[in-house]
Amino acid sequence: MSSNVLLFLTTFVASAVEAVEALTIVLAVGVVRGWRSTLIGVGAASVVLAAIVAVLGPALRLIPIDSLRFVVGALLLAFGLQWLRKAILRAGGYKPLHDEGAAFARERDQAGAAAPTAPKRLDWYSFTVAFKGVLLEGLEVTFIVVTFGSTQGRLGLAAAAGAAAVVVVVAVGLVVRGPLERVPENTLKFVVGVLLTSFGIFWGGEGAGVNWPGSDVAILGLVAFLGLLSLALTRLLRQRRGASTPAVARV
Amino acid sequence: MKYVVAFLRFWWDFVVGDDWRVAAGLGLALGLTWLLEHDGVSAWWLLPLAVGLLLVESVQREVRTSTSN
Repeated sequence: MSSNVLLFLTTFVASAVEAVEALTIVLAVGVVRGWRSTLIGVGAASVVLAAIVAVLGPALRLIPIDSLRFVVGALLLAFGLQWLRKAILRAGGYKPLHDEGAAFARERDQAGAAAPTAPKRLDWYSFTVAFKGVLLEGLEVTFIVVTFGSTQGRLGLAAAAGAAAVVVVVAVGLVVRGPLERVPENTLKFVVGVLLTSFGIFWGGEGAGVNWPGSDVAILGLVAFLGLLSLALTRLLRQRRGASTPAVARV
Repeated sequence: MKYVVAFLRFWWDFVVGDDWRVAAGLGLALGLTWLLEHDGVSAWWLLPLAVGLLLVESVQREVRTSTSN
């Protein structure tokens, strides 16, 4: 039960982070260059993504489960640890916070500088930027959903979590209709980094032949261990930096 | 060729990122865990320990680099 909830939450939050990044690009291009070509780009990327999922899902089931756990565990571990490391450095003041507002302004300025097109013709700039953004971020969502779902044997649950995250982020984007500054991206990345790394350790270990003490409950222990270690590191960095704000409040 | 390079670069950034030592350390820890487990030694503690050490070391190295610049 607890592993189902953790699987859903981890997939949901990780997918939401990627969806926020894709939505930032789509909103920026759509607002400046118009929505028709931008949405065609989003649609085309969605079709390509669906094809990749259709091919990748069944193919992954043919691989022995231990080998799959070993490979995806290693990938998640490497990917998650990168996120966690950067989130700790940002929260500790040693890297600038990733600003979605600045990303929006940058994309908007680049879109505004590109040559305008006739109203009825396809605007390839909008199409390409939207396509690229949605495809790349969507591939990361797909990777998260397929790997989490297939290793746990709960692809449906992971797909539901990924879809729910995309729907929620798009709904929020439609409501705010502006930069995504209000989404605390570093907090999300910190939490997702801890979760991805914990799952990576668990699956990578299982794939290597480890029998975890307490079976699936060991994931909670790994989350607690990495969470506390990351908070302690953040606090240490902030103290070294001489900041007065408590680390937990700024993570 | 351009697309192959872009594809490989995407996967390199996705998996290795900006600190190859962490990725190499993870590979080593996973390999060692596999070897110990297949020799009949319980090695569940090795990966969490290795990940903790790699995280601390990588963060410290980044802090040293940014303070020396």
